[in-house]
Amino acid sequence: MNIALSATPERRLRFSSQTLVTVAFLAPSLLLLAVFLLYPLISSLRLSLLDWNGLGNTARYVGLTNWARLAHDTVFWQSLRNNVILAVASIVIQLPIALALAVLLEKAGRGSRVLKVLYFLPLLMSSVAIGVLFKQIYDPNFGPLNVALQAFGLDGLAKDWLGDPHFSLGATIAVIIWQNAPFYMILFLAGLSSMPAEVNEAALLDGASEWTIFWRIKLPHLQGTVRTAVLLSVLGSLRYFDLVFVMTGGGPEGSSEVMATYMYRTVFSSFQLGYGSTIGSAMFLIVITVAAVSMYFTRRYATEV
Amino acid sequence: MKKTFRFPRVGIPLLALIWLAVTTVPFIFMVASSFKSQEETFATSVWAPPGHLYLGNYAAVLKGPFFTYFRNSLFTVGVSVALIVIISAMAAYVFARMRFRLNKVLFGLVVAGMIVPLHATLVPIYLLTRNLGLYDTQFALLGPYVALSLPVSIFILTEFMRQIPRELEEAAQLDGCSPFRIFWRIFFPLSGPGLATVAIFNGIGLWNEFIFAYMLTSTSEHRTLPLAIWDFMGQYASNIPSMLSVLVLTSLPLIVAYAFGQERVIKGMMAGSLKG
Repeated sequence: MNIALSATPERRLRFSSQTLVTVAFLAPSLLLLAVFLLYPLISSLRLSLLDWNGLGNTARYVGLTNWARLAHDTVFWQSLRNNVILAVASIVIQLPIALALAVLLEKAGRGSRVLKVLYFLPLLMSSVAIGVLFKQIYDPNFGPLNVALQAFGLDGLAKDWLGDPHFSLGATIAVIIWQNAPFYMILFLAGLSSMPAEVNEAALLDGASEWTIFWRIKLPHLQGTVRTAVLLSVLGSLRYFDLVFVMTGGGPEGSSEVMATYMYRTVFSSFQLGYGSTIGSAMFLIVITVAAVSMYFTRRYATEV
Repeated sequence: MKKTFRFPRVGIPLLALIWLAVTTVPFIFMVASSFKSQEETFATSVWAPPGHLYLGNYAAVLKGPFFTYFRNSLFTVGVSVALIVIISAMAAYVFARMRFRLNKVLFGLVVAGMIVPLHATLVPIYLLTRNLGLYDTQFALLGPYVALSLPVSIFILTEFMRQIPRELEEAAQLDGCSPFRIFWRIFFPLSGPGLATVAIFNGIGLWNEFIFAYMLTSTSEHRTLPLAIWDFMGQYASNIPSMLSVLVLTSLPLIVAYAFGQERVIKGMMAGSLKG
């Protein structure tokens, strides 16, 4: 109730309590991020200069030897190539499916509630559960997929999906798309919902077809959302780990290996902590660079949504 | 013209139906097969519905340490989400309202944390957890879970708090409210929907998190539900119906929660994904 008449002490008090709040409220976040994000990234770069099996004081400083080895490591380049294939498949297959589903749900309005609820289900399952389930579905002898193919007389198409190096990557990517498409569907749905209904109605009155409306009005309206979706797909693909690890472990013969699974295998199966950290750090540098470059070059498509 | 006009009319509903099948058939297979006995799976087609509801798989799984995993998940995710909500709301308040020189730079750095491939932090966090003596304890996952969820949470909440009208806090300031009180009495309560989004988005993500849990814990005493699947897989390698009943049981909690609040969950994921 005591309104200070002299402005100075009151202001000084407010100033100091503001500083106090700034420091006190930021401290927990910054501390946690420093310990569990910043320090590990720096530490990983430091470990990449060591030859170490992870046990005791046997670490040996080897300079850039690990990085030189990485440059000539065909398995690493193969896994990076698989990351890129995953990124391309995400953009070319997953995003159009997601966009088509979003357009459908938006047009159908309330009637599509059940569809939306069901489409969303894969997002609630853990990657381990999905991976184990699809390992069963892909099983060459007893799996429902091959049994169905054989029932339709397509025995030639029934493959050892995860065990054959020709199909393991594709079969894994199919499941990754199954898991993530609903996520992008929801993203596009959010973008579409921000479009004013009048625009659509006006175009319809002018005799524009649904097709024209999609290409000339809806898609341009979504350009910012499409940008976000492409960026998320690319970055998500470059750092992908879960389903590859659960379903194939990167095999057979490295055919489905991605950078993150290769790092994991090097550290925890081959016990080469130094070299594994080199792979992890390389992945970090690649992702950061790609993120910075692609955000910079697509910034003119950025919109609010 | 005719052709282009017809494609969306036929093509899109067709895609909707195909995708409905693609999405639901794996679930139907999972649930149906989990109610078959092992003899029945060998004797009949995988596509045949179960002859009768056989509950033996579920009984066997529930007799094991399933509830320990469940309790660990509840503890880990519950504590993590509570900490994430409070800590990120505090930081977001500062970023949204306090004027100081490093505001923009710090905010940019925190947000950049969303891009980092978390697996690159795995080895150092593993070593750190061992050195701190937290390896395979119920606290092992809290630090990484909270810290690694902060960037996206702070981002969502900062955006949210920037929308809160300034008049409210100005009035409170005139009444002599300290910034502490303004946060607890005005920003925290008014951010309800934003906090719910953060809680749902991270809650789902952490409930299903696998690799950190796999790396930082080693016994069923301290492992979370996604690892129940992993551990049971070794045990039931040849018993497919039991394996599938584990999958159903581990997926059930989120699906039940979803059944009660679909709109809330979808909205939470939507906001979370947009900002991500």
